[in-house]
Amino acid sequence: MKKLVVMLTAVLVMVLALALVSARLTGSTTKADSKTLTIYNWGDYIDPTLITKFEKQYGYRVIYQTFDSNEAMLTKIQQGGTSFDLIVPSDYMISKMRDEHLLLPINAKNVPNLKNIDSRFLNLSFDPNNHYSVPYFWGTVGIVYNPKMLGGSKITSWNDLWDKKYKNQILLVDSAREIVGMGLNSLHYSLNDTNKKHLEQTLQKLKKLKPNIKAIVGDENKLLLPRREAAIGVLWSGDAVEIMDENPELTYVIPKEGSNVWFDNMAIPKGATNKKGAEQFINFMLDPKNAAKNAEYVGYATPNRAAMRYLPKEIKDDKRFYPDKKLTDRLEVYENFSKPVNARINELFLEFKMSH
Amino acid sequence: MTKKLTNTYLIPYVLWIGLFVIAPLAMVLYYSFFDIQGHFSFENYVRFFTPIYLRMTVSSIGYACLITFFTLLIAYPTAYLLTKMKNRRLWLMLIILPTWINVLLKAYAFIGLLSTYGPVDTLLALSGIGRKQILFTGFSFVFVSVYLFIPFMILPIYNSLEKLNNSFVEAAYDLGASAWATFRRVIFPLTLEGVKSGVQAVFIPALSLFMLTRLIAGNRVITLGTAIEEHFLVTQDWGMGATIAVFLILAMIVVMALMGKGWLKRW
Repeated sequence: MKKLVVMLTAVLVMVLALALVSARLTGSTTKADSKTLTIYNWGDYIDPTLITKFEKQYGYRVIYQTFDSNEAMLTKIQQGGTSFDLIVPSDYMISKMRDEHLLLPINAKNVPNLKNIDSRFLNLSFDPNNHYSVPYFWGTVGIVYNPKMLGGSKITSWNDLWDKKYKNQILLVDSAREIVGMGLNSLHYSLNDTNKKHLEQTLQKLKKLKPNIKAIVGDENKLLLPRREAAIGVLWSGDAVEIMDENPELTYVIPKEGSNVWFDNMAIPKGATNKKGAEQFINFMLDPKNAAKNAEYVGYATPNRAAMRYLPKEIKDDKRFYPDKKLTDRLEVYENFSKPVNARINELFLEFKMSH
Repeated sequence: MTKKLTNTYLIPYVLWIGLFVIAPLAMVLYYSFFDIQGHFSFENYVRFFTPIYLRMTVSSIGYACLITFFTLLIAYPTAYLLTKMKNRRLWLMLIILPTWINVLLKAYAFIGLLSTYGPVDTLLALSGIGRKQILFTGFSFVFVSVYLFIPFMILPIYNSLEKLNNSFVEAAYDLGASAWATFRRVIFPLTLEGVKSGVQAVFIPALSLFMLTRLIAGNRVITLGTAIEEHFLVTQDWGMGATIAVFLILAMIVVMALMGKGWLKRW
């Protein structure tokens, strides 16, 4: 009995001590302090040396936290209680958050480096006049494949994937919007088509692809494709860069029927305690040299025109990852779907996964 | 005095049960009555009985049965052998040891082992059987799940085998029972409680496995757990996610009723 009491007291004391320590830690990190800047970004999505450089230059202490999906980030911001000063949502999420009044406008006067951004990436449909966001990186959805494993065949379109000779050779990314979008595009419909009949047709078409699909996976594709687990992968351009770095046999193509072009953007969420610092950071990241350094580290395409000068030739001239305007004009940005449409798309994707 | 003391001792238990068992269950039930627009409705329950979710349920239950069956098939003889070993504690320790490692890490290790050109594949090729696709099949899913669940089946069976009074076994032999008859009529019935707890400990988590369906089965196997994950994280359709969870809880009650010590039968 006595032992039990002693043990319980010990546990209680420990819990209290831990609570105290954690309260101090979080207290010091989330304190509304004009000398700290809290950034909430995707994992491994910035060159860490740039953060150090920014801290030295502006005298801020940067707290860097990460998320792994737009929806997870949204939930955290919606629930409040956090004091993020800068976030990096994707295109459709910017318009969603703007509509829900979760973003603060960016004062363009404080971000003179905005002039460095290529005009084709400004004033896009999800944020007219860039009131709330500044593009950070952009990329596409496409096909990475290993010509050697396919006996030299070339893939140029989504419809090529339906070829019977690619039986059990394709890894798809486990993301409803991308795969349903691929189906819609293969039928020459828009990515943002929500017509019931067209979606039903898409499901039937996707089901026919099933024999060619080896697996539907997440980030594991970056591990599996370089190791030749399968010859073909449908994924985001940035992942393709990483895969091709590891195994140069592979190449990347943006299918000719069209595809998705996406943008991740810097924005300031409601509840930010250091708006000035956030704007300074945006301006800092738009500096050509910094943007180039970041692009080289991350591997995605930078929208910063002035930064191109500082990028190695083999990166900036690679049409696969820096497609020209003629090609990007054929690509579409995701529109923000309403919740019921989003649910329908996901159910469709589930149905596709379960089909044989 | 004693009564008062017992009541004080009850406080942590009641708090725990209330906060971490009853309240979450009530919330799951509550959420299940709201459609995606946030209106009160029974729509989710209607949706559950559409072919997609019914097929998912059938496939989840089928795979959970397979996993439980093979786990039992391996765990029972192993537990029996354990009771006959000299260094039982050491062997038991070795069986428990893998559970200290995170499931995701083990799953990633299996991706490496079972992938094309991986060690297992190479071994098959060298042995003349030829390369076979192992990763991303129903087989690999069951295999890895069985591997993960075996310790949870061995332990309860081992415990009841330990408690088994050996004189019953000896008596059976003395009365002329064959080894098989002894096992079937004496040993197995007397250790049934252990088997039941083992089956519960495996079947219920197996119903809602979700990371393995992607990592090991490449989404070729879809369980109810996969759908719950998607509804909560991607679609943000918490109502539907909660509804599926309600059905999982119902399935759990059924299993406990079938396997339990009769506490449900008394109701």
